[in-house]
Amino acid sequence: MTNEPVWQPSASQAALKSRAQQLAFVRGFFAHRGVLEVETPILGQHGVTDPNLDGIQAHVSAGARTGGWLQTSPEYHMKRLLAAGFGSVYQVSRVFRNGELGRRHNPEFSMLEWYREGFDDVALMSEVSDLVCGWLGCQPPETIHYRGAMERWANIDPFEATDRELRRRCEQWLEPEQLADLSRDGCLDLLMSFAVEPNLGRQRPAFMTGYPASQASLARVSTWDGLEIAHRFELYIDGLELCNGYWELTDPQEQRRRFEADNRLRRRSGSPEMALDEAFLAALERGLPECSGVALGLDRLLMIKLGVEDIREVLAFPFDQA
Amino acid sequence: MASYSTNEFRGGLKVLLDGDPCIILENEFVKPGKGQAFNRVKLRNLMTNRVWERTFKSGESLEAADVIDQDMEYLYTDGEFWHFMLTDGSFEQYPADAKAVGDTLKWLKEQDVYTVTLYNGAPLSVTPPNFVELEVVDTDPGMKGDTAQGGTKPATLSTGAVVNVPLFITIGEVLKVDTRSGEYVNRVKSS
Repeated sequence: MTNEPVWQPSASQAALKSRAQQLAFVRGFFAHRGVLEVETPILGQHGVTDPNLDGIQAHVSAGARTGGWLQTSPEYHMKRLLAAGFGSVYQVSRVFRNGELGRRHNPEFSMLEWYREGFDDVALMSEVSDLVCGWLGCQPPETIHYRGAMERWANIDPFEATDRELRRRCEQWLEPEQLADLSRDGCLDLLMSFAVEPNLGRQRPAFMTGYPASQASLARVSTWDGLEIAHRFELYIDGLELCNGYWELTDPQEQRRRFEADNRLRRRSGSPEMALDEAFLAALERGLPECSGVALGLDRLLMIKLGVEDIREVLAFPFDQA
Repeated sequence: MASYSTNEFRGGLKVLLDGDPCIILENEFVKPGKGQAFNRVKLRNLMTNRVWERTFKSGESLEAADVIDQDMEYLYTDGEFWHFMLTDGSFEQYPADAKAVGDTLKWLKEQDVYTVTLYNGAPLSVTPPNFVELEVVDTDPGMKGDTAQGGTKPATLSTGAVVNVPLFITIGEVLKVDTRSGEYVNRVKSS
């Protein structure tokens, strides 16, 4: 065992050249479509309430302000631009998520996020397909529904199964005592991660849609076939999750209720509660235009382009060498 | 005793699982972008040597196992225990039982240095160095001049280990052997 510092980059020169080409492709794509590139803070005063995202706290002291959070996504700031009437916007930014490190994760990563005024989720999925397949040269994605995928690969109906049936299905991976405090959505996430995801996007890219309303996050929800469905989509290629998009929720009251529900979940699981971003909620009050938005992981897109399995191969300096 | 949370998991970490000391071999972080995170962990149970695959919810923790590796010189056996001594100058001795010595028995030579893994202060396992040098005590008569031929024959070493050696090897020669594969490497020139 050696403690010699590693100074060399983790990615090859060829990988970093491809990264630069990818960025040029993205900028060309949006320039051609007349979408404005913007830059919003990566250091903000608020983090997110999302119970499954851990922000990284900053210790800023400037003016009368202290604290701060490295942003997990530029979503709230970008939506404030839309509310101010700036129209469709995109951004390439670094985002930060604590505790996420592995072959597919680095605590700091590159996110491409964009919002399209007047688009619904289906229109935005088509644009995601143009961008991703234009860069990768792949076939356009097929669309798979959450319910069907769970039935096919996890052998359970995510809408009709009782909590007990779901837990029992999870016993393939977790001991009963580990399952005792796992929520219904936690069980669904386990099945999605271990039973379903590895199968997604194998033959051709696949959009997953039709998420249960409990996993809507910031997407609007509608009733479809008697089920509450979130207008949310993800794209998978070779079992790798690439993006997450919504037909955006514009209702400020509903947004506040979801933030408060997140904080209740946080309280229950012993995570710190997060202060609500009142500036974001005020922008929704003023009026967010009808829009859809999506966040796409650029490091992962490059992994697929280069056919590599480890995110370290596309990062100049992954966190443990940064 | 200290404990490790999932975000401290890494290869080589020694933890207690179901009461047994285990070493983490692999740790994979799995998380849907908007969902619950999990760690898929491969561990080897140091008591049974069996490899386990277990899943943990992010944030769960495991107790640290008091397991350390120490260099020790093999001294002697009294038939029930094999006695080892720390090489750090403390002369502290540790008796290892047959279970701890295990397959390393056939590579044990007095005064050689082994890695003894201690669990709660008692020997849990004994690992030989990758290469040992041992004398041939029995083998069929050598066939001098036959060095080019690829044939092999069994040879019994001073510790009782039997390895396949080239036909030209004779009794009394000292051989270098790879303990991981149990294969002959070369003759050691007698000084």
